[in-house]
Amino acid sequence: MAGSGKAHLRPESETILRVEDLHVEFPVGGGRTVYAVSGISFDIAKGETLGLVGESGCGKSTTGRAILQLPRPTRGSVKLGGEDLMAMDGEKMRQKRTDLQMIFQDPISSLNPRRMVGEVVAEPLEVWGPHDADEQWKIVSNMLDNVGIDPDVARYKRAHEFSGGQCQRISIARALVMEPELIICDEPVSALDVSVQAQILNMLEDLKAQYGLTLVFIAHDLAVVKNISDRVAVMYLGKMCELSESDELYERPAHPYTSLLLGSTPIPDPLVNIHDVPEAEGELPSPISPPSGCRFRTRCPYADEICERVEPQMRKISDDHYVACHHPLVEAEEVAVSFD
Amino acid sequence: MSDAPSSQRITKRPGDDPLLVVENLKTHFHIDAGVVRAVDGVSFKLDRGKTLGIVGESGSGKTVLSRSVMRLNIAENVETAGSVKYDGVELLGKSNKEMRDYWGVEMAMVFQDPMTSLNPVVKVGRQLTEHVRYHLNTSKKEARLAAIELLRSVKIPEPESRFDVYPHEMSGGMRQRVCIASALACGPKMLFADEPTTALDVTVQHQILNLLQQAQQDRFMTMIMVTHDLGVVAGRTDDIAVMYAGKIVEKAPTRTLFAQMKHPYTQALLQSIPRASNPKHTRLSAISGRPPDLINPPSGCKFSPRCPYAQDKCYEVEPELKADTTPGHEFACHFPVGTPEGDAAFEANMAAGKPQTLAAAGKLAATEDLVTGGAV
Ligand SMILES: Nc1ncnc2c1ncn2[C@@H]1O[C@H](COP(=O)(O)OP(=O)(O)OP(=O)(O)O)[C@@H](O)[C@H]1O
Ligand SMILES: Nc1ncnc2c1ncn2[C@@H]1O[C@H](COP(=O)(O)OP(=O)(O)O)[C@@H](O)[C@H]1O
Ligand code: SF4
Ligand code: SF4
Ligand SMILES: [Mg+2]
Ligand SMILES: [Mg+2]
Repeated sequence: MAGSGKAHLRPESETILRVEDLHVEFPVGGGRTVYAVSGISFDIAKGETLGLVGESGCGKSTTGRAILQLPRPTRGSVKLGGEDLMAMDGEKMRQKRTDLQMIFQDPISSLNPRRMVGEVVAEPLEVWGPHDADEQWKIVSNMLDNVGIDPDVARYKRAHEFSGGQCQRISIARALVMEPELIICDEPVSALDVSVQAQILNMLEDLKAQYGLTLVFIAHDLAVVKNISDRVAVMYLGKMCELSESDELYERPAHPYTSLLLGSTPIPDPLVNIHDVPEAEGELPSPISPPSGCRFRTRCPYADEICERVEPQMRKISDDHYVACHHPLVEAEEVAVSFD
Repeated sequence: MSDAPSSQRITKRPGDDPLLVVENLKTHFHIDAGVVRAVDGVSFKLDRGKTLGIVGESGSGKTVLSRSVMRLNIAENVETAGSVKYDGVELLGKSNKEMRDYWGVEMAMVFQDPMTSLNPVVKVGRQLTEHVRYHLNTSKKEARLAAIELLRSVKIPEPESRFDVYPHEMSGGMRQRVCIASALACGPKMLFADEPTTALDVTVQHQILNLLQQAQQDRFMTMIMVTHDLGVVAGRTDDIAVMYAGKIVEKAPTRTLFAQMKHPYTQALLQSIPRASNPKHTRLSAISGRPPDLINPPSGCKFSPRCPYAQDKCYEVEPELKADTTPGHEFACHFPVGTPEGDAAFEANMAAGKPQTLAAAGKLAATEDLVTGGAV
């Protein structure tokens, strides 16, 4: 099966990360295979935030981890600053990982419960230096300060003594001490209350401005992803459906799945009629035997015979807006107008 | 389904008194460090067939309140006071044995994590049939048929073939459907849903909320829906109660609450939600700090250390919940949102550069959000 196309990739000189035709497969018992990610491509420019959105199990975390080569993808290429990470041996990759950091959904369990917060944040420095304790503390305390945690209070406390939002701040400080080129944030606010979520999103924006960070931001809530991202990639069952500049994606969703996601996002306004929004039909199919052709066809209201036979390729709709669909909604609108 | 809230379409039977009347309910936990005032004087009435949303941040007492009403958290270290009248009968003081006549049959609960109410080593069909047989005393065969019907009613496709799967073989959304089926099994009059969709994705959340609303309408159930997200209850409840630090700080018919909110905390909760309709990188209005320590809560208004409107009086005098002009609207605040006093308080705080006021206006570095609202 062909990949989902690469029409949306920019020249390599303009980007720092370029992922091409990425496949991640997991062998599971009985000779079966989970096709978790199947031929997706994307790139990120320096200082940009790319949002990855899609429902649980669609391969967002697998994609994020594949960038870090955890585990090694089945095939495809992942290039950071022109260097092919897939071709690096274990030791070289271990060093490279300091340039790539990851922040996880569950902030409390992702911090070592036995060590003091001061040590947890210093962990990457213990491996890569500086090794001098005073110098380390200078970096660590500065970073804790940057994420709104009082370094002197936190230094000798353990993670469980902090709230979920504070632990997420601490994980962000730990990710930042190595001054990484790219941070992959895997659902960093999904477990938090709306009020704490706002604090963390604002803080990521502030840190991005201060350090020129480049981020991959993973979430299943399109409103959250849109708020923080410059561009958004919508995923479904291991494939990329649509990639667009964030405001354009909201204003002119072209893929039927994007439109479904947008419609399902709760709107805090009782005057909006939620029952106008169609419900997703059925369940996500198994990634062990994904549907032929377009993987969304079993739930798509527009699916026809070609969707079953031919996998749609990414194609351009407008500036920085690409979709992989045989019957995109934006085109459909234009057709409808010409019928009048 | 239409957009009309349930109550507008189902005519209330005349002369019916409220199904649930809660008065000055207090649930305190005694722990080594002191007394946790998890629910601290909550009163409300709920009419038959209505849906009440309870909204607040983590730790505000939403779960403890619903469990207290159902008498589910009767632990060693707990002290409950006040009154919970269900259909005219006082529930406080009833033993677990007496409550068994209520659980499942009169009132049932759907939890945030479906796995807390499902047995992981028993097939879902058997869990449902056992539940039906325990309460309804039917034959095995009848119970099986009833269970299949239940699975169908919560829109589980091919219920006969799903009968023999284990919970872990189902997706999170399917598991939550099974829990809803189980909660509905004995036709309860009242359903509690405690963050029923917080663990689920938006598309599945949309399906499950529709399902709950449909069940509520079809069965003329009375429902309490607990959530931290005002977006979840906006179009799906008749009334909303906002909780902060164990108390209701504002309660109103849903549309009134959104159109004329008076409590600064309600406003802050609403404004902190990102909206897809706003341009990317829109600065979010954040609530500074975090909820108070329930063992040693701040004096005066408990929201005062974080409130963008707080004035001297707020740190000394705790405001009482009192009625607003719109029927059914109550709030507890000295400087309400949208009033001249409220506007003046906000302006004064902006001029003084109060951090929580700047944060609410989206004008504060996010690192300082934690500064107010108590120690680390
Ligand atoms: N058994 C217990 N012993 C002591 N304190 C408790 C106990 N159960 C709950 N609490 C405390 O009561 C307060 C209210 O808890 P509750 O679970 O009702 O909050 P909530 O509003 O449901 O929050 P969330 O959104 O996180 O579910 C919290 O401070 C909690 O730590
Ligand atoms: N180690 C693994 N072994 C087998 N299947 C896996 C493994 N990791 C992920 N998967 C499967 O790959 C798919 C994508 O998973 P994931 O990337 O975690 O999705 P998301 O992060 O979008 O929720 C899922 O079907 C998941 O069950
Ligand atoms: S390709 Fe066909 S099935 Fe797939 S999203 Fe487009 S219309 Fe639907
Ligand atoms: S204005 Fe005063 S009384 Fe009202 S919520 Fe704020 S602190 Fe409380
Ligand atoms: Mg994931
Ligand atoms: Mg709770």
